[in-house]
Amino acid sequence: MAQDVEMADVMRSNGKIYVVVAVIAILFIGLMIYLIRIDKKVQKLEE
Amino acid sequence: MKLKWWKILGIVLVLYSIIAGLLMPVPKLNILNETIRNLYFHVTMWFSMIILMLMSLIQSIRYLSSFDKLRDLKAESLASTGMFIATLGLTTGMVWAQFTWGAFWVNDPKLNGAAVTMLIYLAYFILRNSIENEDTRARVSAIYNILAFVMMIVFIGILPRMTDSLHPGNGGNPGFGNYDLDSNMRMVFYPAVIGWILLGSWIAQLSYRIKVLEINKENN
Repeated sequence: MAQDVEMADVMRSNGKIYVVVAVIAILFIGLMIYLIRIDKKVQKLEE
Repeated sequence: MKLKWWKILGIVLVLYSIIAGLLMPVPKLNILNETIRNLYFHVTMWFSMIILMLMSLIQSIRYLSSFDKLRDLKAESLASTGMFIATLGLTTGMVWAQFTWGAFWVNDPKLNGAAVTMLIYLAYFILRNSIENEDTRARVSAIYNILAFVMMIVFIGILPRMTDSLHPGNGGNPGFGNYDLDSNMRMVFYPAVIGWILLGSWIAQLSYRIKVLEINKENN
């Protein structure tokens, strides 16, 4: 039965999953900002 | 801000895959439960590695037809980024295995094939380091790169499908592509793969540009 397979419904129902998503998204965006900065520095050196 | 469109697209697609990957519905399957969402990250790593290694192969072949040293540098950067991504794929796979199969590693053709592939590419870098002469190094490693790519296809694409395997998609197990990967998952998986290929290409490009800067500095 599909309903018998345990999923993370508790996390979803109490909204905590959004905290997890937000944390991971912030980490990822932070890393991407770092990557962009490195790219800009390399661009500057190339001129 | 002089940032190429494809880099921004890579960021957007991966960010989307993180958010949608955790929030959108997935098939409810025993043993996997929510870990099926790892498809968007673990499997994506391997797909990206294959594409990066393919790009590296192309640069190696182009080098052999032109002896343009820059192409050899590109091949090296792409292969090293591919190795890094493969390491991420391997470690995420091990974590996933521990929770679903009960062990970090099993004696399985796909897993062993992936490990062997990584060793083969590791040898590419060791080979490069062992040759002093620039032209010889570029030539020999370009040829080795071709062999390495073919071996990769054999070890992770062909052999695992021919025998018993625990890994999805091999040894008679339905792959995620067959019926588990429903259209909901495809909506996240395909953008994720494209996004990570773009990000991987970006990292490889940065590695290449820095190598070029280093060489120019040496020559001046």
